[in-house]
Amino acid sequence: MSARLDLPGTLSGIKRMAPLSLFVIVFGLAFGVAALQRGLSGLETLLMSALVFAGASQFAALELWGPQIPLIALIATTFAINARHLLMGAALYPWLRHLPTRQRYASLTVLSDANWAMAAADHQRGETNVGMLVGGGLAIWLAWMIGTLMGVVFGSGITDPERYGLDVIMGCFLLAMLVGGKRDLSMLLPWSVAALSALAAMAWLPENSHVIVGALAGGVAGLLVPGKPQKREASA
Amino acid sequence: MNLPMTLIGALTAIVVMALVTYLTRAGGVLVMSRVPIGPKVERFINAMAGSVLVAVITPMAVHGDGAARLALLATLGVMLILRKPLPAIAAGIVSAALWRFWVSL
Repeated sequence: MSARLDLPGTLSGIKRMAPLSLFVIVFGLAFGVAALQRGLSGLETLLMSALVFAGASQFAALELWGPQIPLIALIATTFAINARHLLMGAALYPWLRHLPTRQRYASLTVLSDANWAMAAADHQRGETNVGMLVGGGLAIWLAWMIGTLMGVVFGSGITDPERYGLDVIMGCFLLAMLVGGKRDLSMLLPWSVAALSALAAMAWLPENSHVIVGALAGGVAGLLVPGKPQKREASA
Repeated sequence: MNLPMTLIGALTAIVVMALVTYLTRAGGVLVMSRVPIGPKVERFINAMAGSVLVAVITPMAVHGDGAARLALLATLGVMLILRKPLPAIAAGIVSAALWRFWVSL
């Protein structure tokens, strides 16, 4: 198993992410509109989308925005919502370690849920080209920026994406990626543990901790499943 | 500690958010590059990879409205039958939209 990053692979990643990117534009638009309403300037809104590039944490930051911005709360919230990236990155490590260090850490700047899920599926199929991660990430970043810009410029538009079912797209996408991976019944136990732990964490633990708790619990449960003697690949 | 909502204050907040977020993106790989990967670690990672998605999706299904549940169910059903993501996601979105229009009528 090795890994490489090249232009054709990256372009193919962009192409494969194009359909979902259209929906990302809508989310970006919603963020742009919401940010202006919270008192951010157009420039600040665009800068946040460009540099942070993590929708859920950006929306959460808007809740903290005001005459005074509480720095510690901002850091804690951003970290809690984005901490799932830590686990996603760790899961791709067996693949990314074959890349030169610079490429490895540059690729991670565009890591997000959707391109990670598709890249993890590629890795699982034995694909050596990490273009899906980078190309897919670039496509989402670009769509996120276009959407934010449209929101900033037009200032209105789709303010209730719920009505059109747009809010469930990401859930459906991630579910399709999860089920589309290699069928492996030994994952039923860890995944069930993950589901229950996430729900328990949501009920009893601090806000935004449920993804980390569920993922770690699922990982620990995976240690209980008797390993097959041959090499197994990631199941996402 | 609070930042005033001046341009400098807001820019500082944005840059801090960006740094924290990149730390989460790179941190997992950084830590793993210092952990020797044996069969146990590999099993942990493999189980954890899918579990991340499970932990994101389950609360959507449990705490979501009827439209979200129906959408996820439709996606799961089509995915299990056709094994193609695009029709599965489309089925999910259409189900959610139909549900919401139906309920709001």
